[in-house]
Amino acid sequence: MSILVTPDTKVLIQGITGSFGARHAKLSLEYGTKVVAGVTPGKGGQLFEGIVPIFDTVEQAVRETGATVSAIFVPPPFAADAIVEGVDAGLDLVVAITEGIPVIDMMKVKLSMKGSKTRLIGPNCPGLVTPGTGKDSHGGCRIGIAPGYIHKKGNIGVVSRSGTLTYEAVWQLTTRGYGQSTCVGIGGDPINGTSHTDILKMFNEDPETEAIIMIGEIGGTGEEEAAAWAAANCKKPIAAFIAGATAPEGRRMGHAGAIVSGGQGTAAGKIAALRAAGIAVAETPTDMADTLIERIKNG
Amino acid sequence: MNIHEFQARELFAEFGVATQPGSVAHTAEEAKNVAAGLGGKLVVKAQIHAGGRGKGTFKSGFKGGVHLCETPAEAKEIASRMIGEVLVTHQTGPEGKEVGKIFVGEAVDIARELYFAILIDRSTSSPVVIASTEGGMDIETVAEKSPEKILRLIVNPFLGLMPYQTRLIAASLGLTGPLMTQASKLFTNLYRLFIERDCSMVEINPLVVTPDGKLLALDAKFNFDDNSLYRQPSIIAMRDITEEDPREVEASKFGLNYIGLDGNIACLVNGAGLAMATMDIIQHAGGMPANFLDVGGGATREQVTAAFRIILADKSVKGIFVNIFGGIMDCNIIATGIVEAAKETGLSIPLVVRLEGNNVEAGKKTLAESGLKLESGENILDAAHKIVAAVKAVA
Repeated sequence: MSILVTPDTKVLIQGITGSFGARHAKLSLEYGTKVVAGVTPGKGGQLFEGIVPIFDTVEQAVRETGATVSAIFVPPPFAADAIVEGVDAGLDLVVAITEGIPVIDMMKVKLSMKGSKTRLIGPNCPGLVTPGTGKDSHGGCRIGIAPGYIHKKGNIGVVSRSGTLTYEAVWQLTTRGYGQSTCVGIGGDPINGTSHTDILKMFNEDPETEAIIMIGEIGGTGEEEAAAWAAANCKKPIAAFIAGATAPEGRRMGHAGAIVSGGQGTAAGKIAALRAAGIAVAETPTDMADTLIERIKNG
Repeated sequence: MNIHEFQARELFAEFGVATQPGSVAHTAEEAKNVAAGLGGKLVVKAQIHAGGRGKGTFKSGFKGGVHLCETPAEAKEIASRMIGEVLVTHQTGPEGKEVGKIFVGEAVDIARELYFAILIDRSTSSPVVIASTEGGMDIETVAEKSPEKILRLIVNPFLGLMPYQTRLIAASLGLTGPLMTQASKLFTNLYRLFIERDCSMVEINPLVVTPDGKLLALDAKFNFDDNSLYRQPSIIAMRDITEEDPREVEASKFGLNYIGLDGNIACLVNGAGLAMATMDIIQHAGGMPANFLDVGGGATREQVTAAFRIILADKSVKGIFVNIFGGIMDCNIIATGIVEAAKETGLSIPLVVRLEGNNVEAGKKTLAESGLKLESGENILDAAHKIVAAVKAVA
C-alpha cells in the first residue's frame, strides 16, 4: 500500500480549464492517473482533451464519476471557496496547489473543516505522487505539479514543505535504486491542512513504507513537533533536511511560511530537535538520499 | 508590506483607535501649519520605515529623528532640518535614508506604558492577542525575562474578538473603571482593523495611559499579508517604494522573488526551498551568499536575463551560482536562456551552473558549447565548491 492515494484513486480537478490546471491535468493523464472529472463553473457538459467530462460543481462531478480526491488549481481569490466546496461534497482528500491564498481565508477554511471527513493537503504545494510500475513510474497517481518520471515505485516515503527540494530528494533516491511509496508536498504556507507529523503517522502505519525522508525549512514549529512525535512513536529510519540556515530574521524567504521571527523557527533549532529525536540530518541537499541510505544500512 | 507611522495613524483614525492628535507634513511650512492646529507640547518625527529614529543622526550633523518642541515656529525650524536630509539609524545602514515627510503631533505625558499586539497563531490557525504590562520595550525581552507578564489569548475568527475577551485583556493590564471601557473600544476597533485590512501583525508598543486617564496607541508597527494585497487597494496605495530595496522592486516586476544579503556569491535558483538550501550550501562550502533568488517554476529567458541584470547591479557580487532542477521544464531551454542572458549582460565574473532534470544532457552540451567561461557542477555541493573557489581565486 501507499498512503493517501493509490493508482486506482479517482481524481477530479477544480480549475481544469485554466492554463495551469489544464497543463498539469494533461500530464497526470499521460502518467496514467485516473483523472475522471474536471470542474469549471459555466463549462459543465464540455469535455477536457476530448475525454474528461467537465462539471459546473464538485457535487455533480462526485455524483456522476465517484471521484474521491480533488486537486485545486483555481486562482487565489477563489481558492478558499473551491476548498470548502470539495469538503462539502464529501471528498476524502483535497489537494490545494494554489499559491497566494490570503491567510485570513485559510484560517477560516481550516476551522470550518473541523469535524469533516476531508483531509486538506497544501495550499501552496506541489501535491503528491504514488508512483506506478510502468516505464518512468507511469501508471501511478500523480496529483499536482511534480514531474512524474523522476519517481520509481518502492518503499521510501517522502514528505516536504518545498517542491523542488522534494524533486531533488526523489531523484537522488531513484538514481540510487530506491523507489518511493508516496511523496507528499505539504506546502509552504503558514497555515496548511496537513502537517509533517500527520504524514509521518501515515508512513509509520503503512506496511509498504520502510524508511522516510522529511524535508523542512525555517518558520513555525512543525518540524519540532514531528521530531518529538517520531522520537516516541516511529520505528522506521528517518533522514531529514532543513533549508534556511542562512536566512536573515524577519524576512519571508519565498514561501509565505518561511520566516524566522522573534528567534522562533530557526534552522538551528529544528536541526537540534531532529537530532535529539535520533533522526539523521543531512548536512546539504546533495546528500539527502545518502544520509537515509546510510541510516537504513546502520539499522 | 510595511507602512509609515503617519499612515498607521491614518488607519487608526479610520477605525476609531485612539491616538495622539497630529498629521503628516511634506514641507517645513506645512509642519508649522499642522503645529498651529494642535495644543500643548509638540513632537516632530522623521517618517522613514527603519527603527531607531530617535537615536539616529542626520548626515548634516543634526542629531535625532524625533524632537520635542513648544511652538509652531520651532516645529518649522526642526522640520526644515529633517526634510530632504539623510537620516542614519542602526537599521538604515551607513548609507541612511532621505526623509521626505515628517509627522507633527501633540506630545503625550505618560503615566503607564503597556503592550498590545494581534498576530496569526500558526498552531491554532487563529488570530492571537498578546498583551503585557511591560510596554515600551522589546516583547522578546519580556518573554525571556518575565514570561508571566505576557497574556496570550486565542480569538475564534468566526466570532471575532468578543467583548468579554477585551475586558479580560483590560483587567490583565490593570485597566479598570473608565479605562476598561476605553480599552474595550480600542481593542475591538483594532481587531476590526486587523481583519478588514488583512494584517498579518499589528503591534502597539507602547499603548499608553496618560496622567489624565486617557488610553492612547502611541506607536504602531503593521505588517500586511502580501497574499491579500489584491483586495486591499487602500493599503497598496500606502506602499512607498523608496523605502524598499530597489533590487527587490525591480525583481518583483519580473515575477522574481529576490532578497538582498551581505555576501558576494549571487544565486539564481528555481523554487523557494531549493533557493534557501543553495544559500546554505554556499556558506557550507566556505562562501557567503549575496542574495536569495527564486525564479519560480518557469525560468523563462526573459526572467533569467532580468535576474542576471539585477544580480550584476550589485557591485559586491563576485560570482554567480545557477542551480536549477528542471523537473518538467526542458533543461536545454533553461541552458539556452542562461547562455543568452550571460551574453546579453556581458557577464565577466565566474559563473557555475548546476543543471539537473529533464533533457539535462542536451542542456549541459549547450552550456559547454556556448563559448562562455563557465563551469558545470556535478551536483549542488560540487557546484558550490567550484563557485567558492572561483570567487576566492579572483579576490
